[in-house]
Amino acid sequence: MTPAARRWVFLAGAAGFAAFLLWGLTGLPGFGGYPGPYGDIINRVAVAQTNATGVVSAINFEYRGFDTVGEEFILFTAAIGVATVLRHLRGERERAARDGAMDRDAPPVSEAVRLVSLVLVGPVFLVGWYLASHAQTSPSGGFQGGVVLATGFVLIYLAGEFLVFKRISPVDITDAVGAVGAGGFAAVGVTALAMGLPYLFNFLPLGSAPGAVSSSGTIALISFFVGIEVAAAFVLIVSELLEQTLLVRQERP
Amino acid sequence: MSALAAATPYAAPLGLMDVLQVTILVLVAAGATGVVLIRDPVRQVIALSVYGVLLAVLFLAFQAPDVTLSELTVGAVVLPLLLVLTLAKIRRREE
Repeated sequence: MTPAARRWVFLAGAAGFAAFLLWGLTGLPGFGGYPGPYGDIINRVAVAQTNATGVVSAINFEYRGFDTVGEEFILFTAAIGVATVLRHLRGERERAARDGAMDRDAPPVSEAVRLVSLVLVGPVFLVGWYLASHAQTSPSGGFQGGVVLATGFVLIYLAGEFLVFKRISPVDITDAVGAVGAGGFAAVGVTALAMGLPYLFNFLPLGSAPGAVSSSGTIALISFFVGIEVAAAFVLIVSELLEQTLLVRQERP
Repeated sequence: MSALAAATPYAAPLGLMDVLQVTILVLVAAGATGVVLIRDPVRQVIALSVYGVLLAVLFLAFQAPDVTLSELTVGAVVLPLLLVLTLAKIRRREE
C-alpha cells in the first residue's frame, strides 16, 4: 500500500470515528446529570440498611461484595505473578551479576532523605491503618489503606537499607499475611453460607448508630482483610522489584 | 453554557466550584499531553507522578474522595515507584 493510499484509508477511518463519537456525545446526559436509578436508590437506603456512613465502602463490601472478592483475587494473583516471574530470573542474573566497581561502596543515603523518611514512617502507618479501619464511617477503605501501609514499608527502605526492609518484610510473612487477607474475605462469605444465609450476607450485628467505628457488621471486617491483603501484595511486588534492582549491591562483600 | 446548564436538573449559577472544575480539567489535559510528549523515560515517570496528583485533585473537585485516595496512592506513588525500579533494572543490565 502506498503512503498516499494509506493516508486515505486513515482519513476515512478517522472521519467515521469522529462522526460516531460526535453522535454519541450529543446523546449524553447534561454535565452533572445522573439518569441511572441505582445511585438514587442506594443513597436512600444504604445508611439505614448497613449503618455505614461510608456509602462507597458499603457498596464495595456489601452490595457488590461478590465483585470485590473477584477484584481482590485479581490483585492477589497479579502479586503472585510478579513474584513468580522475578524469581525465575534470579538464578540467571546471579551468574551474570558483576558490578563494574567492586571496590566502591554503594552511595550512602543522604541524611535529608533518611530524616524525612524516618519522620514520615509513623504518620504514614497511622494514616494507612486509619483508612483501612474506617471504611464504614468516612471516605476510605481497605484498598487505599493497604497501599498507604505498603508505602510505609517503602519509606523504611528509603530511610535505611534494603536489608532492613527485607528483614522486617520477609517474603514468607508477606505471603502469609496476603493469603490471610485474601482468604479472610472469602471466609466471611463462606461463614454466611454456613449459617444458611446468602454468600457474603452481612451476618454480624450492625452496631448501635450509623457512623460509629464499631458499626456496619461485616463491612468493617472485610475492609480490614482487604487492607492487610493489599498491603502485603504491594510490599511483595516492591520488594521483589527492589531485589532485582539492588541485589548486585547487596552481594558485594 | 447557559443552555446546557438549563437542560440539567442540577442547574446552578456559575460558582467557584465550576471555575475549579474547569481549571483542573484543563490542567489534567495539559498534564496528560506532557506525559505523552516527554521522551526520556525517567522524566516521563516523574511527569506521570505529577499527572497522578492532578487526577487526584480532579476526582476531589468532582466530589469523589474515595477515588481521590486510590489515585493518590496508586497513580502518584506506587505506579511511578514500580516504573522507576524497572527502569533502574533495565539500565543496569544495559551497562
